[in-house]
Amino acid sequence: MFKYLFAKNEDIPAGSAAVFFGFSAIIWFVIGTGLGSFNAAKLAFPDFVTGNIYFAFGHMRQVHVMAVIFGWISMAFAMAMMYITPALGNTKLWSEKLGLWNCLLWNLGLTLGLTVLWAGITSGREYSDFPWPVDLYLAFFVFIPLAVNVWMTILNRRTQGIYTTNWFFASAVFMVIIVFLVGNSPEFFHLTGLTEAYLTWWFAHNVLGLWITPVAAAIAYYTIPKVTGNPLYSHRIGHLHFWSVVVFYSTPAAHHLMSAPLPEWLKSFASVEGVLILVPAIAFVSNIMLTMKGKWHMFVENIEVRFTITGCLMAIPLNMQGGFQQTRAINWYIHGTGWIVAHAHLALLGFSTFLEAAAVYLGLQTIMKRKLYSLTLANMHFWLLLIGFTIYWVSMTIAGLIQGAGKIYEVPYIDVVIAEHPYMIARWIGGTLVFTGNILWLYNMWMTARKGTEVPEGRMPHELGYER
Amino acid sequence: MAGFREYKVGARLFAMAFGGSMCITLLFPSINIAAVSSTDVALSKQLAVGHETGFNLEDPFLQGKNKPTVVALKADPKTGQPLGEAMSVFVYQPGTTFPAGILHPRILGQGIEQLSVEQGHITDAQKAYGAVFTVSKGTYQGKEFSYIDNLTATKGWMPADVMHSAKDEDISHAGAGKTYFVREGCWWCHTLLPEQTQDWQVFGAPPMLGDFNGESPTAFGSDRKAPDLMHVGSRNSSKEWLMMHFFNPRLVQPHSIMPRFDYLWGEKDASGNKIDYDKWRAEYDEYREGKRVSPPDVPAYASDSEIRSLIDFMLSLK
Repeated sequence: MFKYLFAKNEDIPAGSAAVFFGFSAIIWFVIGTGLGSFNAAKLAFPDFVTGNIYFAFGHMRQVHVMAVIFGWISMAFAMAMMYITPALGNTKLWSEKLGLWNCLLWNLGLTLGLTVLWAGITSGREYSDFPWPVDLYLAFFVFIPLAVNVWMTILNRRTQGIYTTNWFFASAVFMVIIVFLVGNSPEFFHLTGLTEAYLTWWFAHNVLGLWITPVAAAIAYYTIPKVTGNPLYSHRIGHLHFWSVVVFYSTPAAHHLMSAPLPEWLKSFASVEGVLILVPAIAFVSNIMLTMKGKWHMFVENIEVRFTITGCLMAIPLNMQGGFQQTRAINWYIHGTGWIVAHAHLALLGFSTFLEAAAVYLGLQTIMKRKLYSLTLANMHFWLLLIGFTIYWVSMTIAGLIQGAGKIYEVPYIDVVIAEHPYMIARWIGGTLVFTGNILWLYNMWMTARKGTEVPEGRMPHELGYER
Repeated sequence: MAGFREYKVGARLFAMAFGGSMCITLLFPSINIAAVSSTDVALSKQLAVGHETGFNLEDPFLQGKNKPTVVALKADPKTGQPLGEAMSVFVYQPGTTFPAGILHPRILGQGIEQLSVEQGHITDAQKAYGAVFTVSKGTYQGKEFSYIDNLTATKGWMPADVMHSAKDEDISHAGAGKTYFVREGCWWCHTLLPEQTQDWQVFGAPPMLGDFNGESPTAFGSDRKAPDLMHVGSRNSSKEWLMMHFFNPRLVQPHSIMPRFDYLWGEKDASGNKIDYDKWRAEYDEYREGKRVSPPDVPAYASDSEIRSLIDFMLSLK
C-alpha cells in the first residue's frame, strides 16, 4: 500500500484504498473487541490487573468505544464507500491516491487520539471524548477527504440516476462533518453548562443516527441485491427510509437526557420524534426482507447474505427498543442501567457490525479477485460473533432490569452490584467469544489475500463454490 | 460530469429537512438555555472548579493545574480580625484562568450579571494578579439575588494574603479534584445526575435548571454501575472512609467492583516516607487468604497528593 502513496493516481490499481481500509478496519475490530473483553474482565473481577493508572478501567473504557466506532465501524464504512460508490456509478473512484492518504491519516489520527485518551487526556464528554485538537484532525484529515472522494465519485458517475446506497453515502458523509464540528463546538468555544451537556448528547445521538445507522443500512441496500441477483424490492420504500432518517433521526437528541433539567418542550418533542424512528426502521427492514424473495436459501449458503440478513433481523429488536425505551413511560426505569449498554451493543455489535462485516467479506474478495480462503473459519466467525453477542446482550439486559428494579425499590446499591455479578461474568465471556471470532476473521482474510483461489475475469466471488 | 441534474428538488428538500431539524434541535434550545439564570449552586460550583476540567491548553495532561482553591476563611486576611462565621472564598492565584461566569458575565443571568459587575466588580479581576471571590447577596430592581463578589476589588484581599492566613485543613482543592474525576473516568460508573422518580429518595434532589451555568464538562455520566455522586458529600463526609475506599474499595465494601485508586497517593505519604505498594499488596493478599487478622493500614495521603484533591471534590458535592 505504502508504495502507492507517492505514485501517480492512474498507476494505482483500482480498489487499493478499499483493501487498505478493509484490513485496517478488521485490525481495529480485533483491537477494539480485545479492549472490550479486557474491560469486561475488570468489571467481573475488579482486582484483575490493578493499581496501575494505565490499566485502570476509567482510562480504558473510552479507548474501547472509540476504537470500535472510529476504527472498526467507520473504517469499514470508508472501505464500503471506496468500492461500492464507484461500482454503483459505473466508474472508478475519483482518487485512489486520496483514498490511500485518507486511510493512512485516519490510522495515524486514531492511534494518536486513542493514545491520548488512554493517558487520561480527555474532554470528559461521552462519545466526543477526544480532545479538540484531535476532533479537528479527524474532521479535516479524515471525514472531509472521505466526503470529497465520495462526492466527486458520485458527481463523475456514468449512470443517469443515483442508486439508493449512494444517496445515503453522499448525505451521511456530509452530515457527519456537520455533526463533528457542531457537536464538538463546546470544546472549540468553551461553551458551558446545559449547552455543553446537551451538545454532548446531540453529538452522540447524531453520530449514530446520521452516520452509523444510515451508512450500515445503505451497505445492505447494495450487498443483498448484488449477491442474490434480485433487484431492490422498492425504490420508493428506499425514499421513505431516506427522508425519514433525515427528518426523524436527526431530532431526538434530548431523549438521552430525560432526567436532566433541559426545557420540557425539548424533551417531549425528542421523545415523540424518537418513536418515529420506527418509520425508517420498518421501511428498511421490510425492503431488504422483500428483496430476498425466492433467494432465502442463500441465507444459509452464502456468508455475506447470512451476515447481512442477521444484521437486518437484529434491527427489529433494536428499533423496537430504541423507539420505546426513550419515552418517559419506560425511560425512568431503564435509563443509566445495563439495559442501555445492551442496546448500544445491539446497535453497534449486532445490527451495524453484521452489515459491515458482510461488506468487508464481499469487498475484499471482489477487489482482490480471490475466493474466500475458508468457509469453515467464516462460519466460526459468524457463530462466535452471534453467540458472543447474544450472551452479552441477554446478560446485560437482565442486569439492566435488575438495576432498574433496584432503583425504584430503593435497594441499597451494593445489593444491586452483588446481584449483577453473574451477568458481569457472562458479559465478559460473550465479549471474549467475539474477540476470538475476530482473530479468526483476520487470519481468514489474510489467507484469502495470500492463498485464496483466483476469481476468473467477469465472475463474482459468490458465484464460485467454497473450497474449505 | 453527471452532476445532480435530476436531483435539484431532492437537494433543496434535503437542505430544508436538515436545516429545519438543526433549527429545532440547535437554534431553539440554545435560545431557551441561554436565558437560564445561574443558581447559587452554579455560582459557587464554577468558582470552586474554575475554567475547565477537561482537556485544555493550560492543563493539557489533566494534572489539576490552573485551578482555584476554596478557603474557609475565619479571619479578615488584611486586619486579622476574626470573622463572625467562617466565610467561603475562592482563591485564584496569579495566572489562574477565571471561570466562564467571570469571563462572560452574560451567562450569569439577569440581575446576577448586573450585581456581579456593578457591586461585585468582577470585570475588574485580572488574571495576572489573581483574585479572591465569594458569593454575596444583593438587591437588583427590588429583588434579591446572589452574585459574585470580587473581594480583591471590593475589600483589597489578595490571594497571597488569604492563603497565608489559611490552615491546610481549611483549604479545599475541589477544582483539581474535579479534573482527576474527569481524567480517571469516575463518571463512567458514577453519575452526577440522579435518575427520575424514586432515585431521588436515595441520592437526593435532582438538579435545578440553572445549576450548571459555567461548568465544563458537566460529566453527568450515562452508564451507571455505581451510586450517583451528585450529593455524596451530604451522605458521607468521612475523610477516613473515603481514604480507605479509594485505596482499596474492598477494605470497606467487600462486594465493591470499583478499581483501586491507590496510585493517586503518589510516591510519598503524609510524613514524607516512600509508600511501598508491593509490600502493601502482598500483605493485603495474605489478609485475603486468611493469613493475617487485619488488612495493612492505608497510608495517610500527603497534602499535595492527587487523592487529597479528589477527596476534597467528593466532600464538595453537597
